[in-house]
Amino acid sequence: MASGSQSASEIVQHHLQHLTLTFGDGGFWTLHLDTLLFSWLTGLAFLGIFYAAARKATSGVPGMLQNIVEVFVEFADRSVADAFSGKRDFMGPLALTIFIWVLFWNLLDLLPVDWLPTLAAAMGIEYFRIVPSADLNATFGLSISVLLLIIFYGIKGKGAGGYAREWLTHPFGSHWALIPANILMNLVELIAKPVSLGMRLFGNLYAAEIIFILIALLPWWVQWIPGTAWAIFHILVIPLQAFLFMTLTIVYISLAYEKH
Amino acid sequence: MAINLTLIGQGITFFVFVLFTMKFVWPHVNRALAERQRKIAEGLSAAERSSRELELAKKQAEEELRKARLQASEIIEQANKTSADLIERAKLDARAKAERERAAVLAQLEQEINKARSELRKEVVALALAGAAKILEREVDAKAHQEMLERLAAQL
Repeated sequence: MASGSQSASEIVQHHLQHLTLTFGDGGFWTLHLDTLLFSWLTGLAFLGIFYAAARKATSGVPGMLQNIVEVFVEFADRSVADAFSGKRDFMGPLALTIFIWVLFWNLLDLLPVDWLPTLAAAMGIEYFRIVPSADLNATFGLSISVLLLIIFYGIKGKGAGGYAREWLTHPFGSHWALIPANILMNLVELIAKPVSLGMRLFGNLYAAEIIFILIALLPWWVQWIPGTAWAIFHILVIPLQAFLFMTLTIVYISLAYEKH
Repeated sequence: MAINLTLIGQGITFFVFVLFTMKFVWPHVNRALAERQRKIAEGLSAAERSSRELELAKKQAEEELRKARLQASEIIEQANKTSADLIERAKLDARAKAERERAAVLAQLEQEINKARSELRKEVVALALAGAAKILEREVDAKAHQEMLERLAAQL
């Protein structure tokens, strides 16, 4: 809320500061404790719910929780099966984890932007951001993990030699003079994947968060109009971004995995 | 908006979560799903099988019913014929019996008539003898005229 002593831009700036833990002289050696905390909380909520349902999973008539969990498991399984021809022992759980985890991250964006930071401030914590997907470290942590999996599955699907040959010969041809161009092209292609994955999710959620912060600057009696409109729009964005992240991960990995 | 150590923490967390899901969530749920799929498939095929069996049983029952009906009508026909036969035979028997009884009665009547006739004859002879004796004023010796008397009686 707008308070007299701070300018609007100061408030926005304040909202965009992370709770950090710095090792040594900072820079890269810094941890965003709030991002880690909420990504763990949402992740543990996901694992807790799904584990509770899985432990009591019955082939008979499923309960409410099992039903919901089954919907998501089948959704992830089908999404993987549609694009990926290999075994789904790992890919299925991967897709499920990405979808639900990112979905929970994004859902945190719907909590009123001031609630938890205000609570944290009351406990003496000055900076507190609760949406992990509005932190580049979280989205890139995920997308770079996906990058590693892309390389791993590339080698697994084509063999180390086959994968290397693709790097040397793939887009332009197998002439020796084309090798540098091929490597460059593959490098760009490879890097573009995690960057686009991470940036897309981050951009959407970061922008949404800023809009919510701006809406929160309005007088209290008018906030609900743009707030509601933006939240309703955002409800579409939340699962869409989670779905996109999952689907693109599957597509990238299956592209790397399959022989051309 | 700096990239920092958080990124690596997130990556590690991610892999831990994926492995947990892979170990403790995915197989259980999928097993339940597959099991249920199998159960449903079995149930459906069982339903189809039993409906086919029902159809068969219905046909069989119809066949049996048709046979039973045929048999029943045969039995009724037989019974009708038997009863007609019985009645016919009873009628014949009764008629024969009546005939026999009538014949017997007729024979008896004949006998009695004959008896009465012969008695009458004897009486007439006696009367004739008595008449003749009166006319002749003496006893007629029946023995002497036996032959003539017998011829007379036979003529009567």
